[in-house]
Amino acid sequence: MVELITIILPVYSLLRREFVLFYRQKSRIVGTVLQPLIFWIVIGSGLDKSFISRDNMGYSEFFFPGIILMVILFTSVFSTISIIEDRRAGFLQGVLVTPVSRGTIVLGKILGGTLLGLMQGILFLLLAFTPLISIELSVIRLILLVSYMFLIGFSLTGLGVLIAWKMDSIQGYHGIMSVVLFPLWIFSGAVFPADGVPVWLFWVMKLNPLSYGLDLMKGCLYDSSGFQSSPNDTILALTLMILFCLVNFAVAVRFAQCRA
Amino acid sequence: MGTALKIDNLCYRYGDRLALDNVSFACSEQESLGILGPNGSGKTTLFRILSTIAESQSGSIQVFGSDFEGNLAVVRRSIGVVFQSSSLDMKLTVRENLKHQGLFYGFHGAELDSRIDELLEKFGIAERGADYAGILSGGLRRRLELAKGLLHRPRLLLLDEPTTGLDPSSRADFWRYIDQIRTSENATVIFTTHLIDEADRADLLAILESGQVVAFASPKDLRTGICQEFVVLECDDDDRLSTEVGQDFDVTVEKVDGSIRIGTNDSGKLVADLLAKYGDSIHAIHSRKTTLEDVFFAKTGKWLN
Repeated sequence: MVELITIILPVYSLLRREFVLFYRQKSRIVGTVLQPLIFWIVIGSGLDKSFISRDNMGYSEFFFPGIILMVILFTSVFSTISIIEDRRAGFLQGVLVTPVSRGTIVLGKILGGTLLGLMQGILFLLLAFTPLISIELSVIRLILLVSYMFLIGFSLTGLGVLIAWKMDSIQGYHGIMSVVLFPLWIFSGAVFPADGVPVWLFWVMKLNPLSYGLDLMKGCLYDSSGFQSSPNDTILALTLMILFCLVNFAVAVRFAQCRA
Repeated sequence: MGTALKIDNLCYRYGDRLALDNVSFACSEQESLGILGPNGSGKTTLFRILSTIAESQSGSIQVFGSDFEGNLAVVRRSIGVVFQSSSLDMKLTVRENLKHQGLFYGFHGAELDSRIDELLEKFGIAERGADYAGILSGGLRRRLELAKGLLHRPRLLLLDEPTTGLDPSSRADFWRYIDQIRTSENATVIFTTHLIDEADRADLLAILESGQVVAFASPKDLRTGICQEFVVLECDDDDRLSTEVGQDFDVTVEKVDGSIRIGTNDSGKLVADLLAKYGDSIHAIHSRKTTLEDVFFAKTGKWLN
């Protein structure tokens, strides 16, 4: 019981800080929700007529889960970039000399970014219940979808933490973001479907762990999707995503455990 | 009184450069220990190791009898750290900063609230509790850092050049609070500094130069270990006069910045003798007490400031 308290309290503290700081930085809301919303409306409207999908889906509808994924990705990026700021400002060293284990610190940080992303992702998801898009979601599918979004958020924030922990400049992180994190999103099937792409691109998409996360989301929103055609595919996708999530978490903790 | 900190043969390297070279010293509970040294002497490296940020490479450290390595959680619970740079979250309020710190040490609820109230009161920042840390003055931020470092009632408080960037009145203020803490919280205080007057406040002082402890004793013993006073005189031809004084009085004469400096235990007599013999050549003469600056010079051949 005493042991559990030493995990719960610091995690709660880090989580709370994440939300308080988010609330006090209004500009972050613009970056993480408004930008994807504009993206979705502009690109969706622009490509709606010229986009032909296997399932007779308009581009706005096709792009919808991809844009939720973007919201989650952006939130995790913004949330983990603060590790570099915290290190530079000195806040982080104050945390590192407390008796709290590094695993707990990483867990608190990841949960903060994940829940923040989930909150914004759910806000975005509410669009599914407006006339802007015609998606029907049962309660079970909604619960599943939110769980998958949590899993994706946890994985991406974990990835963000492990990148940010070793970085000493925000510029460096932006560099990694544009060559690793953003392509992870583009090649996940968020922007274009995997059907009919060149073989090399198909394999890039197939090897991208985020493709499976997006597939899980699509599986909840629509009846069929990219790589999944049977329940076995869903189990495979889920297994791969959980693996991706655990590996990111483990490596992030490992990095955090290193002392100078 | 038990031993608070014991360091034996501590070494630390950055590549080829030896930053700490066989550092050994110890201090007892409720003492204050100062670590004096110029930039690059190794005091920040030593502080990083003592605060558990950096890992020691060889040698051993014990805090209240617990070995450092392998007992990090225990050690971290018994130390409170105030870094030279701020560890505050400037976007959180004074109270929120302390609350977060408390949660990290397992405090919560009414116990945490009352400890925060107590500390805010003690450090004279009770009415600033709802202000963002970012709008506090430098002096108040340091006090908040102190409150943060002390929140979990550590037995050992580590301070890294804690008054850097403060004006003289805030510095005096800060040390007044440290004196208060030593009695009210029964804490052992270890601090690094490059300032002579701050070093003089310590019960025990370790002088660090090029990674080595070149002197370790109370400031008083360090000073009297050289000589009680110095006579400083100015003249036209300091080369000639310093040679003559050295021969005539059997004393060590040093030329420092165009003046002649002579160590003595009886400055009254020396001044009178010097004036009687070389009165015509001397423009100005005065005596002063030995300072830690003189101790540093005597031990290292360099001036600290």
